[in-house]
Amino acid sequence: MTPSLPNGVERHDFDGTTAVATRGHPEYGEATDGEYRRWDPYRSKLGAMVALGMDTGLEADQKTLYLGAAAGTTVSHVADFGGPTYAVEFAPRPARDLLDVADHRENLFPLLKDARKPESYAHVVEPVDIVVQDVATRGQARVAALNRRFLDGDGRLLAAVKARSEDVTADPEAVFEDVVAELRDHYEVLDTEQLDPYHQDHLGVVARPLE
Amino acid sequence: MTEITDVGWFEGASPDDLSGAREAIEHGTSESPAEWPARAIEAGFATDEGDYYEKLREATIAAAHEQVHERETADDQQLKHSIRAMADCERTANELAERVAEWGGSRYGEAGSGVGYARRIADGDIGEGDESGDRALRSLAERVVAVAGEADDLRAYIERTAPAVAPNLSMLAGPVLAARLISLSGGLESLAKQPSGTVQVLGAEDALFAHLRGGAPSPKHGVIFTHEYVSGTRREERGSAARALAGKLSIAARIDHYSGDRRPDLQRELDERIERIRSRGGDSE
Repeated sequence: MTPSLPNGVERHDFDGTTAVATRGHPEYGEATDGEYRRWDPYRSKLGAMVALGMDTGLEADQKTLYLGAAAGTTVSHVADFGGPTYAVEFAPRPARDLLDVADHRENLFPLLKDARKPESYAHVVEPVDIVVQDVATRGQARVAALNRRFLDGDGRLLAAVKARSEDVTADPEAVFEDVVAELRDHYEVLDTEQLDPYHQDHLGVVARPLE
Repeated sequence: MTEITDVGWFEGASPDDLSGAREAIEHGTSESPAEWPARAIEAGFATDEGDYYEKLREATIAAAHEQVHERETADDQQLKHSIRAMADCERTANELAERVAEWGGSRYGEAGSGVGYARRIADGDIGEGDESGDRALRSLAERVVAVAGEADDLRAYIERTAPAVAPNLSMLAGPVLAARLISLSGGLESLAKQPSGTVQVLGAEDALFAHLRGGAPSPKHGVIFTHEYVSGTRREERGSAARALAGKLSIAARIDHYSGDRRPDLQRELDERIERIRSRGGDSE
């Protein structure tokens, strides 16, 4: 079975292995073939959601707000097929790599900001179609709630919830339940799926903002 | 949400010179997002969407570059200076306190020592006389108390800032020991590049060189001795505890320098490792 892919994301053959790929400047040592570059699901939680065939609602040329861009591994792929892409990262060291990724892309705007303080970047970021939440910190549902304001009515929240960021000792299933319950205060949760085997103890969530 | 906060980053910036835009991107606020591209075109800041995004890109990249540079170079170096200043203040306060104690003993007969004794003189609990000698000694005691207070303030500053500079290292070592290790190796980057065997003996350079010259035993620990996991472990197992702790601290420093992620698992791994070391052989504590 081959799940459908967003426009701009393609299956491509790399030396005999078919993998999800986008077209753009290589960034992190991923396999390449011409302008195709492999979107490694082991390196990217969103890549894992796409590879697992979740209905992410991703399409070409969408406006995206990416929270927790880190060194830019995933956001580089998003910018390859997406439209204007705002990449929020708070830690200066990974942000240096993110700047290299931004240098290679016309539509990527790096912001050294704290995702828990949306008012500190709402004067730069416009309303978007997609909010990707990849912030591995305690209070992941709260970050999603705070950033609800950036989503258009029919936009999508794509979150990768890391159980260990909430509570190292708790059972991941219980953590996921709590986080999803909290998300439901602000979002309609459309789909959830664990990101095994690519990422242990991570839950992929697709959600739409409540009116 | 008010009209007042609803100001886009480009308002007030010159379309021909984006060098001033950093300020707006870094410090501006707005309660909600808005159709900034359309507004910027309306305001004459950009001719069309393409032009707007080009300017936005230039401004955000420039702002992020400067912020990254500033925060990277400032933080661990600031920490280095502050921990050295704290050590200077503590040493100076103790030295002067001993002078006060010696002087006070000769004058009032009541012997004491340390900053606590100096504080009693400064507060007038001892030697409430008002001869010029009393005043001179009390004034010196007041300086001792002030310098000791400065050391406390610096410690509080370090406890606030070290977790931002090196979150994992501060989690495992505590902020003050984390700052000492960063200071001893000259910065977070050089600490991250050192093998854990070096981290284990940082601060024990004299003993290490005596050992390398021959004769002396190799040091088992440097400043990490102040960590409870080393000092609180039985003497026979201390070398193992120091090695285990240094190993985890090196990993933490590398994560802090190269990725900046937080790894709460490290603490649990270290706790378990020390638990095993302490419970082996001999009677457990």
